[in-house]
Amino acid sequence: MAGKTILEVQNLTKFFNTPGGQLHAVDGVSFTIEEGRTLGIVGESGCGKSTTGRTILKLLEPTGGKILFDGQDITGYSRKQMRPLRQEMQMVFQDPFSSLDPRQTVMQLISEPITEHKLLKSKSDIEERTLELMRTVGLAERYMNVYPHELDGGRRQRIGIARALAVNPKLIVCDEPVSALDVSIQAQILNLLKKLQADLGLTYIFITHDLSVVKYFSDDIAVMYLGQMVEKAPSDILFQNPLHPYTKALLSAIPLPIVGKEKPQRQLIRGEITSPVNLPDECRFWKRCDCTEERCRKGNPRLREVEPNHFVACSCV
Amino acid sequence: MAQPKEIKNQYKKRTLFQETWRRLVKNRGAMLGLGFLVLLILAAALSPVLFNYEVDVIGQNMQERLMAPCGAHWFGTDEYGRDLFARVVYGARYSLIIGVGSVLLGLVVGTILGSQAGFHGGVTDSIIMRGIDIFYSIPNIMTAVVIVSLLGPSTVNLMIALAFSCASSFARIVRASVMTIRDQEYVESSYAMGLPTWKIIVKHILPNCLSPIIVQITLLIGTTIISASSLSFLGIGVPAPAPEWGALLSAGRGHIRDASYMCIIPGLAIMFTVLALNLLGDGLRDALDPKLKK
Repeated sequence: MAGKTILEVQNLTKFFNTPGGQLHAVDGVSFTIEEGRTLGIVGESGCGKSTTGRTILKLLEPTGGKILFDGQDITGYSRKQMRPLRQEMQMVFQDPFSSLDPRQTVMQLISEPITEHKLLKSKSDIEERTLELMRTVGLAERYMNVYPHELDGGRRQRIGIARALAVNPKLIVCDEPVSALDVSIQAQILNLLKKLQADLGLTYIFITHDLSVVKYFSDDIAVMYLGQMVEKAPSDILFQNPLHPYTKALLSAIPLPIVGKEKPQRQLIRGEITSPVNLPDECRFWKRCDCTEERCRKGNPRLREVEPNHFVACSCV
Repeated sequence: MAQPKEIKNQYKKRTLFQETWRRLVKNRGAMLGLGFLVLLILAAALSPVLFNYEVDVIGQNMQERLMAPCGAHWFGTDEYGRDLFARVVYGARYSLIIGVGSVLLGLVVGTILGSQAGFHGGVTDSIIMRGIDIFYSIPNIMTAVVIVSLLGPSTVNLMIALAFSCASSFARIVRASVMTIRDQEYVESSYAMGLPTWKIIVKHILPNCLSPIIVQITLLIGTTIISASSLSFLGIGVPAPAPEWGALLSAGRGHIRDASYMCIIPGLAIMFTVLALNLLGDGLRDALDPKLKK
């Protein structure tokens, strides 16, 4: 599906001012997504992947860079200007326990975006559409008047998905949509998201720390470390031929279903993630990396295309 | 499509009010409080029908002065021979109107100020809250005395005066609750949905602050009734012959040794009213929380 570019992010930065200095949550991230595809963003906790997702939707103001949605530069848009665009870009949140208003019933939760964007006028139309959405995401109709706390995590996440779908968006940012769920429910939700993508032609930005999920789910994968993208490639290339030492370590950490002795050696990373506050101009990974060359400490490497569509930010590759 | 209609009937939706009521009925204390309040409100509403204000409530009858409770005068009579039962029942009007009126006035002002301060934080918060702190640092009665002296004594001015202190305590409670709810993910999710800020505050944040507000309303009505009585006791509340409970207490003070019922009865009226309000408030808090459904 070589479609048109739906989202382009150029050199996006988001800094937070903390008492200790400037926290570089997202530092010069660039990527593009074509319509109908899925970009997986992976990385460990605190690497800025959720911040990236939120900044794209303008839930956080970007410090610098450019966000182009459908060719429209939305970087400087105010909340008010963003409002019509909320129909096009939606978000599924990580924690289905806190992302739903506990005082609203399922019906109210799902119909809220419809009424807010005045997509339908009459009450019976809204109700019908809500029931249709509930069927789409696999929620039984008998749940329409219950409160979210009466439901389990999987069902709540289905409500979250239905809310995002209610406005017929083109792009959905999924911020770790399954990490709060147990494995069998994870599979259900992932299958649901895949099916919705096939049926509705959705574009996803899929943020996760779970590599096995992202492999199953994404067309392209971007690996983030300390606010920067260290490697970006189509999913199969990345898994076959990881180039950045951090990606290699991440991939070797995936548990393999092999019984016996011939398990490949795990590549372990030393130390802790560096503090993202007031970063010096050096490779952000060198302190934890095996390759200790002088050039790693001189200048922060930028993403380079080492083979078609495969980008790596490492001086040693 | 006929299906939605069927479903609608099958899983009939209860409104928030019905749902709350259903749970409130199960709470005995709250029902007791509510019962007493309904009785009191009825008495207050019907008192002009039951008693002739000029004759029964403020008409003096020196021959029957200071009579202890008996068949003809259930609560006895005061030093001017006025029937205390008529005066206490009629006094419920003043106490309830002043209590409810000033709390509601304070609620509106306090909620607006508190939600703005809590939601926006930063400079807005500092300006609003420091202003309120100044009011808070002056004793409520002092503020009320100043305002009543400026505006002149009348029931409406008394209400305005008492509303000031209610507003500052509502503002604080609303601000604190709003601050904890502001950062919840469902608020962010409402932004992602494209809701304007005021709608998020009204639809998602304030309903989730409801329990502390409701409890505060019931508690404050009680406190305000007491404050109003104190002001009447000091002589700057409801003007003289009107049978406000505080004024009744103050009148009974001189006879506390020989006719103690003159203090005890209006005192009990205040106490039971405040108790009933507190019981109801507690019950409402539980009933309004959908998480305590079962």
